[in-house]
Amino acid sequence: MNGEKMTGAEIVLKALKDQGVEVIFGYPGGAVLPIYDEIFRQENRIKHVLVRHEQGATHAAEGYARSTGKVGVVLVTSGPGATNAVTGITDALMDSVPLVVLTGQVPTHLIGCDAFQEADTVGITRACTKHNWLVKDVNDLARVIHEAFYVAAKGRPGPVVVDIPKDVQFALGAYVGPANVAHRSYKPRVKGDLERIKEAAELIASAKKPLFYTGGGVINSGPAASQLLRELVRITGYPITSTLMGLGAYPADDAQWLGMLGMHGTWEANHAMHDCDVMICVGARFDDRVTGRLNAFAPNSKKIHIDIDPSSINKNVRVDIPIIGDVAHVLEDMIRVWKAKVSRPDKVALAKWWEQINIWRARNCLAYNNSKELIKPQYAIERLYALTKDRDTYITTEVGQHQMWAAQFYRFQQPNRWMTSGGLGTMGYGLPAAVGVQIAHPESLVIDIAGEASVQMTMQEMSTAVQYDLPIKIFILNNEYMGMVRQWQELLHGGRYSHSYSESLPDFVKLAEAYGAVGIRASKPDELDDAIKQMISVRRPVLFDCRVDKTENCFPMIPSGEAHNNMILGELSTQTVSQAGKAMV
Amino acid sequence: MSYDPTALQTEIVRTHIIAVLVDNEAGVLARVIGLFAGRGYNIESLTVAEVDAQEHTSRITIVTSGTLPVIEQIKAQLDRLVPVHRVVDLTIETEPMERELALIKVKATGEKRVESLRLSDAFRARVVDTTLQSFVFELTGAPGKINAFIELMRPLGLIDVSRTGVVAISRGSEAL
Repeated sequence: MNGEKMTGAEIVLKALKDQGVEVIFGYPGGAVLPIYDEIFRQENRIKHVLVRHEQGATHAAEGYARSTGKVGVVLVTSGPGATNAVTGITDALMDSVPLVVLTGQVPTHLIGCDAFQEADTVGITRACTKHNWLVKDVNDLARVIHEAFYVAAKGRPGPVVVDIPKDVQFALGAYVGPANVAHRSYKPRVKGDLERIKEAAELIASAKKPLFYTGGGVINSGPAASQLLRELVRITGYPITSTLMGLGAYPADDAQWLGMLGMHGTWEANHAMHDCDVMICVGARFDDRVTGRLNAFAPNSKKIHIDIDPSSINKNVRVDIPIIGDVAHVLEDMIRVWKAKVSRPDKVALAKWWEQINIWRARNCLAYNNSKELIKPQYAIERLYALTKDRDTYITTEVGQHQMWAAQFYRFQQPNRWMTSGGLGTMGYGLPAAVGVQIAHPESLVIDIAGEASVQMTMQEMSTAVQYDLPIKIFILNNEYMGMVRQWQELLHGGRYSHSYSESLPDFVKLAEAYGAVGIRASKPDELDDAIKQMISVRRPVLFDCRVDKTENCFPMIPSGEAHNNMILGELSTQTVSQAGKAMV
Repeated sequence: MSYDPTALQTEIVRTHIIAVLVDNEAGVLARVIGLFAGRGYNIESLTVAEVDAQEHTSRITIVTSGTLPVIEQIKAQLDRLVPVHRVVDLTIETEPMERELALIKVKATGEKRVESLRLSDAFRARVVDTTLQSFVFELTGAPGKINAFIELMRPLGLIDVSRTGVVAISRGSEAL
């Protein structure tokens, strides 16, 4: 192939094909027409999924990437196409999701002239990508696209943007294959320092009150990392908790699992975190949702931190043994070291630690007052879990109370089954993410656990689901409020519910029908099971309007600015939040 | 309260010179500056120029200030940028030579004019342009020396200053 001349648009399609791309999520426009023409002419070897808004394309690509471990690909036009994609790109950056976003650009001679649909895409996306490129010479195009896939997927994954002016798409240039491209400067380290790993293994063995604290890095490292994590947790006999992003890496039904930690984590996970003497952080980043008040965070612990991104080390919390490397590689070495060495955990101390943990567990912190009249949102998710757990199920969410209840009550057993917007907290993520997951797994059951406010931000993607016959289930916990905003207003602002109530909502059943999908409503607890079963059995997209208790709050909760052992389980009181805490989000 | 020397050390704000070797590609300086702006780090001085035309690499010298943990974080964040080859805290890891060049315009007549010329000689500044009313002095040295010269020129008719910012290199036989 080398030396043969092709158009820029042909180069794009060939490079994508050579990278093993199967699906593009996109939306056409003036500045990408040559590439769309090439998609038309290549007889659908690469599937293109037409979304309804470019943000939807990025979230769909995220859902595709997170549920498969592959790179998600997005194609949008210049100007508004690119700016609409910015939210999804930022979301992917915060949650370390590999995306290659191809954007059209005005022709090179018009760049800087405020041309129609011109935006400084590389300027705008510089802060929200792992890296980006403006390709001004068609002879650089193939190399840049191959580099883009490399940078997106290697090290800590993330989104990249390749901005391609329209004249470059028409110009003739040489193609190079992926094998001929080696990156000059970006070579992330995957193997951990063995001396550090040995040191860490010694510390782990000496612990009296140990805790594994794991995160999305385990999932990103691939299925092998989850298996190795399970092995290490099993052979140590230590308890394990996880961040929101790490759910599924360790099975929620296992006896050593303490549930999620953090602001809406379990009583046992947060107390164990506060009291532990050795913390083994695996692929998590000490996010403020997890740590609570920093100067009261696990105050008596030695900390081991395994992370592929050196900038995550000591960023928020000082650690004692940092290990830079890929989770799977490091855990493999760690297990080998553990098996070979002599020192073993103090069984008596460990038994005492589990005894304490079981006392915390006995608080039964996720208990709620169920009702015969109203559907409690927690109950809805418990029933959804019970009725879907034996199926091949993927869950996405929007952002808010429903997301936290999903994390608490849907018990994930496997990695890559849980797609949620953790870092950026993007309302509107779940529906398009479900589109992407269903494209990747056409035969699986894909459910977006949604809130009625979030889901309206990207509702138009129902039209995409109908067009591609994607039987996604949008399970809306409809409480007519922006529930988490309402909860915080109750907690922090004296119950002044400023603009958190939706005075008018669409009839979601009719809305489903208008889109050509199926609408289902449940308003009473005794209707719920049949309605969920109906939702599952329909092989079409469904909007499920689950009318839940409007004023239910999400507990446990660490009020912002508080320590892990100052969790509240029930009644909210404004006295529990300090002035400093109120200023935090 | 007990005295904790390590805690104290992490709270002292110091000036550091950081050298960054980057691919000389479009937007690389914007990435570095954007990182400092976006994460709220200080830039006291920044210089950049291509240093290897064949390899297309540029060297950026950044003078910044912060506590040790902040400087560590700055280094890690810089190193994470894709076109960055190498990041070295010259202040910590070497004993750097630092130099800056300044062009300083002084407008004066009579005794003040004579005095400015006499002082420039003491600082080994060169006169690179002159009119009957003015001199432009060229001065190189560590920033402190240039600051001192500028302060001396101020009462003598200083009207314009242009400085390059700091460039630095380690002493001894080791490269970056």
